[in-house]
Amino acid sequence: MTSEPLPVLLPPVETAPQSLRPKLHLQGVTKTFGSRQVLDGVDIAVAPGRSLVIIGASGQGKSVTLKIAVGLMRPDQGRVLVDGEDVTGMEAADRARRSPRFGMLFQGAALFDSLKVWENVAFRLVIADKVPKREAKDRAIEALGRVGLSPEFAALYPGELSGGMQKRVGLARAVVTHPDILFFDEPTTGLDPITSDVINNLIIEEVKRLGCTAISITHDMTSARKIGDEIAMLHGGHIVWRGDAKTIDQAENAYVRQFINGVAQGPITGDAGPVRGDVVRPRAAGAR
Amino acid sequence: MNAVRAIGRSTLDLVRSAGAVAIFAGRGVAAAFSPPFFPNQLRRQAWMIGYTSLPVVGLTAVFTGAALALNIYTGGGRFNAEQIMPQIVALGITRELGPVLAALMLAGRVSAAIAAEIGAMRATEQIDALQTLSVDPYRYTIAPRLTAAVLTLPLLTVVADIIGIAGGWLVSTATLSFNGQVYVRNTWSFLTTGDVASGLIKSAVFGFIVALMGCYHGFFASGGARGVGRATTNAVVSAAILVFASDYVMTSLLR
Repeated sequence: MTSEPLPVLLPPVETAPQSLRPKLHLQGVTKTFGSRQVLDGVDIAVAPGRSLVIIGASGQGKSVTLKIAVGLMRPDQGRVLVDGEDVTGMEAADRARRSPRFGMLFQGAALFDSLKVWENVAFRLVIADKVPKREAKDRAIEALGRVGLSPEFAALYPGELSGGMQKRVGLARAVVTHPDILFFDEPTTGLDPITSDVINNLIIEEVKRLGCTAISITHDMTSARKIGDEIAMLHGGHIVWRGDAKTIDQAENAYVRQFINGVAQGPITGDAGPVRGDVVRPRAAGAR
Repeated sequence: MNAVRAIGRSTLDLVRSAGAVAIFAGRGVAAAFSPPFFPNQLRRQAWMIGYTSLPVVGLTAVFTGAALALNIYTGGGRFNAEQIMPQIVALGITRELGPVLAALMLAGRVSAAIAAEIGAMRATEQIDALQTLSVDPYRYTIAPRLTAAVLTLPLLTVVADIIGIAGGWLVSTATLSFNGQVYVRNTWSFLTTGDVASGLIKSAVFGFIVALMGCYHGFFASGGARGVGRATTNAVVSAAILVFASDYVMTSLLR
């Protein structure tokens, strides 16, 4: 099995011109829960304006990686760099307050039950950015329109919406502040194939419109192929493969082959222990 | 040897938990005094914790006052001291039973509700979502609940005091042949500002404890629906125990 080279070549973070710096860079990130090492030196860099999808089997640390990238969890070791700035010790609320802005679509949408749909979408505008309520409501309704929800939905509560509609509202909330980095946590999980495709299209549209960097985690290969410029596979605490989304079906990596073919036989056994060898380490490999 | 190890482990767990609660409380209090403030959240919590608890606190107080009057009348009768019953009822209600019973009702009703609500927010990633929306969850979810409980429990206690004394008056005049006007005059002339104030100070502390336990157990709930259920139970039990423990400490200090 061979590690395949990364399609995006980036110089070392410290010396890179600003335009070539990775927008987001996780360097040597490790995370252990009790006796179980979930991440064992993860290195991932995402270039500005690119969409990276991290795939992997359940329990392999995709969500932990995303939470560390966003700031909802701190790594045991390693660094998180945003535009070259070390934000490892900064909490998510503080990171979100600074530039570059980020938005996140949660797996279950994570809408606030006690607030109306438009209040959910306008939440950050009103609470954190101090935008006047009327203007925030207009912007929220406009954002809802972009994700295919008419103004009548604005006055409903999240509990009155279907799962797909809740995802749309979550997406509208994530993009309403024009973020520079968007995070998607299993954006199509629990949705039927048609609704999944609608959500995928909306994600592509919004990422393109905003020109932002996107990092998604999913185990839905249809979604990964569609929304990602690049795909990285996480297994046993490492990135074991990374390449262009268009080339994943030609990948020779045994983990990738087993995962995309969805077969039980192969190196992925359901054991989440660390993997030795076959690790894509971008900086060490001189790939960026 | 195993017993010693078990005791040691339990002690360490207790110390660790106490430290975690103290840090959580410190962050919650700091958040309550630093902007941004969320007045709408505070209003909503004050309504939920204070106003909607009025019926249960009132009912508890009226029956407790009435039962207390009967018991003191019976006990006082053994040494011909039935006539001091109004004063003892007033003292017992304002210094002890009003604040403690109101706090226990809140522990059962509000602490559980807070733990369930915040636990559900944790389970559905709403707490994480707050952070990604640039809002400190301590300021938005914890501080308003702590503040609302500290402000509203003393008010509930005033209501409990009045209704509890009224319960004693009702049973005394209706069944024990007390003169209503004399009962009120004796109660009023006997009570001091200190009696009422000590109860109100206690109730403010109880309010903090009740809300803190609900917030703490809800905030750190894990394991889905089962975890939320466990958090709710732990919130109620720990709030009740801490109310009794702090009641003893404060009674010692305020007597």
